[in-house]
Amino acid sequence: MTSANSPGTLVGIRALKVDFRLDRTTVTQAVKGISFDIPVNSTVALVGESGSGKSVTALAILGLLPKENSTVPPASQILYGDRNLLALAPGELQKLRGADISIIFQEPMSSLNPVFTIGFQITEVLTRHLGMTGRQARMRALELLREVGIPEPETKIDAYPFQLSGGQQQRAMIAIAIACEPKLLIADEPTTALDVTIQKQILELIAALQKRLRMSVLFITHDLALVGEIADYVVVMRDGEIREQGPVEQIFEAPRDAYTRALLLCRPQLERRPRRLPVIDDFLKPGSPLVGGNLEERSRGLRGDEEIILEVRHLGKSFYSREGLFGRREFKAVNDVSFKLARGKTLGIVGESGSGKTTVALTLLRLRGESSGEALFDGKDLLSIPQKELMPYKRRIQIVFQNPYASLNPRFTIGQLLMEPLQVHGIGSGESERRDRVDKLLQEVGLPEVSFFKYPHEFSGGQRQRIAIARCLTMKPDVLICDEAVSALDVSIQAQVLNLLQDLQDEHHMSYIFISHDLAVVKYMADQVMVMNEGEVVEVANSDDIYRNPQHPYTKKLLSSIPQGWRGARAR
Amino acid sequence: MTQAATLAIGARRAESPGLWILAWRRFCRDRVGLASFLIVVFFFGLMAASGLRLIAADWSKEVGVNYAPPTFMGPEVTEAGAAAQASQDAERTGGVNPFDPLAGVLAEIRAAAGAASVAEAQAPTLAFGGDRWGRDVLQKTIKGTETSMFVGLVAALLAALIATVFGALAGYYGGWIDDLFNWFYSVFTSIPYLLLILAIAAVLNQKGTLTVILILGLTGWTGIFRLVRAEYLKHKVREYIQAADAIGASHARRMFVHILPNVSHVILVQLSLHVVLFIKSEVVLSFLGFGVGVDTVSWGSMLNEAQSELILGYWWQLAAATVAMALLVTGFSLFTDALRDALDPKLK
Repeated sequence: MTSANSPGTLVGIRALKVDFRLDRTTVTQAVKGISFDIPVNSTVALVGESGSGKSVTALAILGLLPKENSTVPPASQILYGDRNLLALAPGELQKLRGADISIIFQEPMSSLNPVFTIGFQITEVLTRHLGMTGRQARMRALELLREVGIPEPETKIDAYPFQLSGGQQQRAMIAIAIACEPKLLIADEPTTALDVTIQKQILELIAALQKRLRMSVLFITHDLALVGEIADYVVVMRDGEIREQGPVEQIFEAPRDAYTRALLLCRPQLERRPRRLPVIDDFLKPGSPLVGGNLEERSRGLRGDEEIILEVRHLGKSFYSREGLFGRREFKAVNDVSFKLARGKTLGIVGESGSGKTTVALTLLRLRGESSGEALFDGKDLLSIPQKELMPYKRRIQIVFQNPYASLNPRFTIGQLLMEPLQVHGIGSGESERRDRVDKLLQEVGLPEVSFFKYPHEFSGGQRQRIAIARCLTMKPDVLICDEAVSALDVSIQAQVLNLLQDLQDEHHMSYIFISHDLAVVKYMADQVMVMNEGEVVEVANSDDIYRNPQHPYTKKLLSSIPQGWRGARAR
Repeated sequence: MTQAATLAIGARRAESPGLWILAWRRFCRDRVGLASFLIVVFFFGLMAASGLRLIAADWSKEVGVNYAPPTFMGPEVTEAGAAAQASQDAERTGGVNPFDPLAGVLAEIRAAAGAASVAEAQAPTLAFGGDRWGRDVLQKTIKGTETSMFVGLVAALLAALIATVFGALAGYYGGWIDDLFNWFYSVFTSIPYLLLILAIAAVLNQKGTLTVILILGLTGWTGIFRLVRAEYLKHKVREYIQAADAIGASHARRMFVHILPNVSHVILVQLSLHVVLFIKSEVVLSFLGFGVGVDTVSWGSMLNEAQSELILGYWWQLAAATVAMALLVTGFSLFTDALRDALDPKLK
C-alpha cells in the first residue's frame, strides 16, 4: 500500500493520526488524520494554537513520539522518497535523523547540553553521521559557526552554552541542525523564546540558509504574522485537524476558512485600533457584527490636562554581587526612571528582556526590597512609607503576572483565592457579603459561578488569567499593573483577555501600566508608551506618535523588527 | 440561601476534586502501593487496639510454662525441658514438706485459690511460643508493635515539626536567619550519630518510651530540615507568593497558609520515611540497652532477649519480632514510595 511521493515532493504526510493514552480509560486524539506535502526546496509553515497538534506532527516525522503512550494507526503514512518513515526500523530512522532530517527546538538553553562546548556538540554530529575525523570536523564546525553568523567563531567554538546569549545559542542550535546539510529542517517555534530584534535576525538566517542549502523547512509557529515573511506554503491546524492549506498569498489574501480569518484579525495590528478585538467565536458564528471589517476605531493618547494618579521620579534599583572579600559590584537593573500615570489611562512599557521593565513594576509594589527615587501616589511616597502604613496603599495598586499557571496557588480553590484579599484587608462586613462580591466579580470577568469551588488546575490559561484579574479587582485598585499579562496566551485567548481588560478600564476607570515585549499589543492598549533599554528610559510619547514617528534609534530598531506579516513582506 | 441552593452547591463541591483527591486517585491505581497501604493500616489497627487494651492487654501474664514452644511444634520433649517441667509441676502442686511449720496455712491458702489456680494453670504450649517467664510471644509481639510504632510515629512527627518550623524560617527569610539555622544544622550533623544519641540519652538520664521519642526526634530532624528549607527557597520566589505579597498577605500567612500546603507532600513523604527509620533506630537503641524501660516491651527489647534464647534453641521470639518488623518496615517503605509517586504534583 506504500505509494511513492510524486517528484518535487520531499515529504508526504498521508492521513496521519496520533492518539495519546492518558490513562487506562482516556485517549486523546492529538492529530486526527491530516495530509499535506512538503515540497523540495521550499518553506512550509505549520500554524496553530497550543493543542492543535503541530508539534506532535513534527515529532511523528522524526519518529520521536513517546513509545509508551502514543499510538499511530497503520493507515497513517509519512512518505520520504519511497519509504514510509512510520514503518522504518529504529536503526534506519536514527541514520536519517540528524543527517537527512534535523530539528531546532524552541528553547535553545535547554536543548543544548550545558556541560559540553558548542564545538563539541557540533563535531559530535559531524563525526557520527559523516564519519569525519576530529580535525576535519573542527574545521567544518568553524565554517558552520561562521555560516550561522556567530561572531568570533574561533573563540566561541570552545564556549559553553551559558557563555552565549539567547540569540547566539539559537544560532549554535541551527549550526548543529544544518551540520549535515539536511534535506528537511524542522523548526519548532524557533523564535518564540527570543526578543523581537533577535527573532528577526534568526528568521532572516533561516530564510537565507534555506535558499543557500536548497533544503526544505517545516516552520512550526503559533504566530501567523511571522509566517507571511518566510513561508511559501501555509498549513493552518486546529484541534488536530487541518483547517486550511495553500500557498502563502492565498492564505493571507483570500483565506477561505473562518478560523484562518480569525487568526489573522484577532491579533492587534499596528495600523488599526478597533474598540473591541474580534475573537474566534465572532468568526465561527455567522452574522456577528465585528467581522464586517469596518470596526469602530478607538482614539488614544493624552491631552496633557489629565489628573495624575501616580508620579514616579528617578526610580532606581540596583542588585549587588559580592566580589572578593569586602568588595561588591553594583548592577543597575533600573536607573533614573521617571514617568507620570494619568487616571483612567494606560501607560505601556516596552523593551526587550533585561530592559528592567518588570523590575520597575515589582519595585513600585515593594516586592523587590529597597530602591532609590520616589513614587508619589496620593501625595505619599510609596517607596519610603513604613511597611505598617503601606497596607491601605497596597490594595490600591495591584499586579497581574505573566504566567497564569504560576501566579495562582494550586492548593487554593478559586473561592479561597478571591476571598483572601477581602479577608486580609477586612473588606466587606461578613462572609456572605464577601461571597456576594466574589460571585459578582466572577460574572464580570466571564467565569461561571461554579468556579468558586474549583481549583486552578481545572482551568485553561485564559481562564486562569481572568481569575488573576478578578483577584486584583476584589480590592478595587486605582492602578493595575499588567506584567506581560497576555504574553503566555494563545492569539485568540489574548484577544479575549485584552477585551476584558479594556471593558474593565472603561467601567471602573482604572489606570493601567501595561508591560509587554509585544509592540503591537502595547500599541493597541496604551495611551502613552515608554520604551526601555538596559534599565533606562529611551523614549516616552503618546502611542500613536511613537509608532508613527520614533525619535530614538533604539525605538526605530525595535519597531522595524516587528513581523510585518504578508503585506510587509510584499512591500519589500 | 435556600435548601435547594445549598444542596446544589454541595453537589458541585463534590464534583470538583482538589489536588489531594487527585493524588489519592493516582495512589489507588498503584497496586503495590495499595497492598502496602493495607499492611500499614493493619498495623495501625493493631497499635490502636493494643493501645486501647482491646488485645494483648495482659501480655505480661505468665500464661505458659517458661519457653513454652509454639503449639504447632507440640509440647517440649527434651530431657532438660521435661526436668524443668517436672520441677515446676512439683513446685506448683506443692510437694508438702513435712517440716514446714506453715504447711497447714499454706494448704488452706492453696485450697482457697484452688479453682483459680487450676484455671490459670500454665499451658505447656502457646500459639506462638512463650518467653523465659512463659509470657505469650504473640501477645508480646503485639504489645511490642504498639510500643515500636508509637515511638516511630511520635518521634517522626516531632522531627518533622522541628524541621518544618526551622526549614520554613530559614528558607523563607534567608539572610542571617538562614545562616543561623544552617550553622546549628552543621554543628548538629558534625557529631557522629550514635554518639549524639548516647549523649542525649545521658543528659536525659532516664529510661522510658518518652526518652526514646525525645532522643530520636531531637536528633532526626536534620535531613527533613534541608529538604523543607530547599522547598521554601524555591517557593518563596514563585509568582503566586509575590501575588500573595501584592494583595497584602503577612509573612506568617505566606509561610504557613500559602507555601506550607504546597510543600506538604515533601514533608509527608519524609515523615513516613522517618517513621520507618525511627522504628529501626528504636530497635537498635533498645537492643543496645538505651531503649524502653524493663516494664515495657518493644521489638528491640524482644530482640535483645532473643540473643540469649537463640543459643538454647528457642527461636520463636526472634522470629516473631523479626517477621513483624520486616512486614511493617517493608510495607511502610513501599507505601512511602507509592505516596511519593502519587503526591508528586505533575499537575500545574
